[in-house]
Amino acid sequence: MSPSPYGIVSYAAYLPRHRLQREELGTALGIKAGRGARIAASFDEDSTTMGVEAARRALPGRGAPDALYFATTSPAYLDKTNAAALHAALGLPHEAFATDLAGSARSGIAALRAACLGGGLAVLSDVRTGRPGSADERDGGDGAAAFLFGAADEAVAEIVAHTAATAEFLDRWRVPENRAGEQWEERFGLERYLPLIEDAGQRALKAAGTGQPDHVLLVSPNAAVRKRATKLFPARLSVSGSPLGHTGAADAGLALADALDRVGADETILLLSAADGCDAVLLRTTDRLPAARQPEPLAGQLAAGRPVSYTTYLTWRGWLDREPPRRPEPDRPAGPPSARGERWKFGFTGSRCENCGFVHLPPARVCKECGAVDAMMPVALAGARGTVATYTVDRLAYSPSPPLIDAVVDFDGGGRCTLEIADGAADELAVGTRVEPVFRRLHTAGGVHNYFWKARLTARTAADVSSREGTG
Amino acid sequence: MSSNGIRDRVAVVGMGCTPFGEHWDRSADDLLLDATRECLAATPALAAEDVDAYWLGTLGSGQSGMTLSRPLSLDYKPVTRVENYCATGSEAFRNACYAVASGAYDRVMAVGVEKLKDSGFSGLLRSDPPGDGTAPELSLTAPAAFSLLDPAYCDRYGVDPAAMREAMTHVAWKNHANGALNPKAQFRSVVSKEKIERAPLVAGRLGVFDCSGVSDGAACALIVRAEDALRYTDRPMYVKGLSLVAGPARGAMDPGYDYTTFPEVVHAAADAYRQAGISDPRSQISLAEVHDCFTPTEVVLMEDLGFAERGQAWKDVLDGAFQLDGRLPVNPDGGLKSFGHPVGASGLRMLYECWLQFRGEAGERQLADPRLGLTHNLGGRPGGCVSFVSVVGPEPG
Repeated sequence: MSPSPYGIVSYAAYLPRHRLQREELGTALGIKAGRGARIAASFDEDSTTMGVEAARRALPGRGAPDALYFATTSPAYLDKTNAAALHAALGLPHEAFATDLAGSARSGIAALRAACLGGGLAVLSDVRTGRPGSADERDGGDGAAAFLFGAADEAVAEIVAHTAATAEFLDRWRVPENRAGEQWEERFGLERYLPLIEDAGQRALKAAGTGQPDHVLLVSPNAAVRKRATKLFPARLSVSGSPLGHTGAADAGLALADALDRVGADETILLLSAADGCDAVLLRTTDRLPAARQPEPLAGQLAAGRPVSYTTYLTWRGWLDREPPRRPEPDRPAGPPSARGERWKFGFTGSRCENCGFVHLPPARVCKECGAVDAMMPVALAGARGTVATYTVDRLAYSPSPPLIDAVVDFDGGGRCTLEIADGAADELAVGTRVEPVFRRLHTAGGVHNYFWKARLTARTAADVSSREGTG
Repeated sequence: MSSNGIRDRVAVVGMGCTPFGEHWDRSADDLLLDATRECLAATPALAAEDVDAYWLGTLGSGQSGMTLSRPLSLDYKPVTRVENYCATGSEAFRNACYAVASGAYDRVMAVGVEKLKDSGFSGLLRSDPPGDGTAPELSLTAPAAFSLLDPAYCDRYGVDPAAMREAMTHVAWKNHANGALNPKAQFRSVVSKEKIERAPLVAGRLGVFDCSGVSDGAACALIVRAEDALRYTDRPMYVKGLSLVAGPARGAMDPGYDYTTFPEVVHAAADAYRQAGISDPRSQISLAEVHDCFTPTEVVLMEDLGFAERGQAWKDVLDGAFQLDGRLPVNPDGGLKSFGHPVGASGLRMLYECWLQFRGEAGERQLADPRLGLTHNLGGRPGGCVSFVSVVGPEPG
């Protein structure tokens, strides 16, 4: 029986497109870095933009949640609620509550618990950064997951029980002014975590009155726990760890999204998150799950992508300070114009003339087609698709990752806008290429992040994997 | 659009123009003084104190009329500073002409200046009011914005991109060849087509040689009532037509706009031609100074100004129609491409070439008996810009 009238009614994960090859990293640094690829957020992605992407995928057709809980260890701002930017980008009603739960991997569990108790949207998102050659760099990952909690009778999964155990010890930590985290000897943390995992997990099963769960998911910022993830707590059908390496506050969410992609109806999932204690969340899937899985399964997203060179990755993360183009850096976005244009800047909402239907991006008061004044209705194009009318590669412009690529995009159903192309795909661009808007951080100037929309190629094809790197 | 025009009501009786280039040792003050002194020295019948009013054009080298009155130590004269993007110099001229035509003043000087090479950056800098950070022109540079014309033009008219590349190269080659004959031009050497095409890319297919010179310079013109003109010079230049339009910036949000034309230029040209009584620009215009900020711009302008049929300009360019010895010489002084583009001065520099040509003072570039000259100045980018067109001639009527 559920402790809450709310269950997960939809979910989605977002993985950035770029892949850092560990072999390349190892060669560059002269170390053994293993094989495979690390998921890397692009230079224009942060926890906020990835959170928006995951949330947008989880929300269609579901109405607007009245609460938004945003969890991350890599907040784009402090002293300012990052969830407010998500709220604006998602076009949620102003009555909705929105807050950050920031700081540690456990913040992800906090978001899930809060949304489970009162309904709403939990967004877990993180960019994990470590010093060059560190385990966080090599074994971490970037990504986001979103879970909408709604009426239990519409749920694809119900929360049957959740338990917690809290313990204070020095395993993973970071002082706020540092970009890279620290860790004690991982075996020390392992020794501490083992009983906490057992205790929290068993209490959750006991509270639910069930025996061995069908599936166990075990995630942790501690590498030794991760290495043993499949051996610490038994399950009837499957035991797994983090699907892409430790992703901070997003880790539990990505593991859960991956599980919901593949488990059957009416099965139990025990999610164990060992971070400064251990949280255990026991879920039971419903028969609505098979028909309501996320459209782009996490495993599919994981398999796609295009390579990014290690030097470009280091530049993106600020570890390599490369010579910029001989152009001035942009001005910081100003507060009042950004607030006046909130629906445009954050929500990609233009205006459509009520008289003749002409679409204006950005919104205008006087119609360009018929001259009607103040006869406009808002038109939200964040979910629209468009076609490239023409494009260019600007090798002179300032960009955090030159060259800048811009395209003139004509949207289906009306509207034209010149947008930057995201995820560096100059080699795949042509007149006629299909694109979709994505929420990104254009640059940061004067301590202000300039959030706006870019255009991304719609099709993620198999050609992705082999295609040449287009940025940096 | 309705404009009455001031055909043959005012005339230019003196001009000055500094060499354009990287003047590391000259300030904007120096350039203003050099250009205006050259102009006055060549107009002995008119002393500095006889100038009743000034219009000063600069995009960013100073604010207010004091940008001119202070370095020239003008004593309590009306000085108006104007700005209209890259058409700033033309706008100073247009307003000065209207001041004389209105009867408010009899002798007015239009001055344009730009000091671009003090910034330490490449290309043009913008100074924008605080904004929300979403305007694409904040990120996309001018060469990138104009490079959009190239693929769009090829696509619209089915032009082989290699042929379009050749046409763009030809524009750069021609304007460099013309500039090589011009002692005041920033770049004074012939550049081979191979070198133009091998240059490092700046934006799209545009290389360094597809872009106008970034330079410092100043230019000016003395304008008087047409009936007074012969008191100051035996060879005045009469203003036949002046047009300026600012576009609604519709193309940037209109899927119907295809990036192969500047509607602003079409409107400005039609207005100026009507004022000047021109029905067939191709046969009536003897020379044209146009805003060749980037090579594809000049190709498209040939069509917008009525010098070539739609979709044919690239061919006419390659046929040599717009060379010094062609049917309609375009940018005989080297244009923005090799004369350089100190923004506030460029519109006046274009008029300066017409002035020299009409007086037979264009040296090795001299055209045979030019009757009407056109200057075209543009500010902004495809999808939204301001455009200026003037028609001038050596004879009234």
